[in-house]
Amino acid sequence: MGAGHGHRLHYHGHSLVHRLPAQCKIFALVLFVFAVVATPRGHYWVYAVDAVALALVVAVSQVPPTYLVKRMVVEVPFVVFAILLPFVAVGEQTEIWGMSMSVSGLHAAATLLAKATLGVVGGLLLAATTEPRDIITGLEGRLPRQLLQIMAMMVRYLDVTSDQLRRMRIARESRGFVARNPRHWPVLAHSAGAFFVRSYERGERVHLAMLSRGYAGSLSGFESAQVRRRDWMLSLLLPLAAAVAAGAAWWTR
Amino acid sequence: MTEPVLEVSQLAYAYPDGHQALFGVNLSLVRGERVALLGPNGAGKTTLVLHLNGILAAGHGSVTVSGMRVSKATVTEVRRRVGLVFQDPDDQLFMPTVADDVAFGPANMGLRGDELTHRVETALTLVGMADFAKRPPHHLSFGQRRRVAVATVLAMQPEILVLDEPSSNLDPASRRELADIITALDITVLMVTHDLPYALELCPRSVILSDGTLVADGPTVDLLSDDGLMRAHRLELPFGFDPRHTGPRPSRT
Repeated sequence: MGAGHGHRLHYHGHSLVHRLPAQCKIFALVLFVFAVVATPRGHYWVYAVDAVALALVVAVSQVPPTYLVKRMVVEVPFVVFAILLPFVAVGEQTEIWGMSMSVSGLHAAATLLAKATLGVVGGLLLAATTEPRDIITGLEGRLPRQLLQIMAMMVRYLDVTSDQLRRMRIARESRGFVARNPRHWPVLAHSAGAFFVRSYERGERVHLAMLSRGYAGSLSGFESAQVRRRDWMLSLLLPLAAAVAAGAAWWTR
Repeated sequence: MTEPVLEVSQLAYAYPDGHQALFGVNLSLVRGERVALLGPNGAGKTTLVLHLNGILAAGHGSVTVSGMRVSKATVTEVRRRVGLVFQDPDDQLFMPTVADDVAFGPANMGLRGDELTHRVETALTLVGMADFAKRPPHHLSFGQRRRVAVATVLAMQPEILVLDEPSSNLDPASRRELADIITALDITVLMVTHDLPYALELCPRSVILSDGTLVADGPTVDLLSDDGLMRAHRLELPFGFDPRHTGPRPSRT
């Protein structure tokens, strides 16, 4: 019943992208997303440039594209919303496959999809090439320490608690329980309650164990990796490409 | 006579809800001694242990650690002197890597830099886990995590090592490996356990806690051979085990 190896989002590797310090990658991702979002409406070629640049980074990272595609399910809610847009938006209408759609809605949907997809793939790539622990150390000095401590704890106990949840489910199912309809929800609610109490108690035990080792309210030991100028230059290539494309689109607007 | 490293005298404690867990416990440990604390579930063993490093404050009586009385003012130093290893290593290990976790205690004591690194390496070497320093704790086997938990406390160079159920959930090989580690340490050990053969193997002396009072204190082999005493306090030996006819400690190191 041991915990599985590795986090579900992380793809083990030693590529250039894997080796870049986490803070560079986080900063690059934020800039990239800003550049994508700042693209003026209607200039679809910019998204194509961004996509090609991102695809190049994916290629360098050696993360299989199928690995990223499978994890893109998080985007589904955006896709649903984007599909609805042409039908609910008002203004000039057009006819596609016999259905009346709003032109501005179509544009909004396409833009939303393009931006969301680029952002999601970028985020997934960061998660795939960076250990959760490095993401936290990479944020050191940029977020309040207390928040970082909470995040570090969450990363540490994610496996422990999800494993516990899995064991509780297996134990339920071993006694013939399968949640099929709303009448079964009270059982799930009881499970959730028990899970909450257990996690809370574990939190208390962890705190006791920390006190026993002289914990007095502050954690040390998050030391970021050394960053060289070359690392920054390499990481900024992707956002630079996106920024140039977006800038050109504004220029030619 | 050697001066006692741990002196518990007339210790009584009632939980805030009124449940009285300890009724005047007296216990004295001499430097370098290994003692097993035996007793049925709910006897007050954990309550007693939590007094030893000042997590719980004595309702009546006192706890003294090498001449220093446990109180609010001395609690930091007491927690350095008394190292508590909790039963569930997942409660103890909460940092992103093994090395960070072992460094947590000494860092709280104010150690930094090379001295801290050296402490961590020494402690991990003592438990045979030096090669795992950079690994996240949740990727280790249960036995390995238990050993790292011991190292997190050894790194604080305590005078007394208190182990709560050290052999629970270990496979026989991990159980023996841990016994090898404990016997190799030059340190006073108090071991809370239900594993009576383990107590006999590691601790020449045992005490029995039952219903919040210390009912027996003597050589482990004598206590385990006393059928009447064992029965009166819900203690049972495993099938086929006779404490009077055991060979020398098996060791494969």
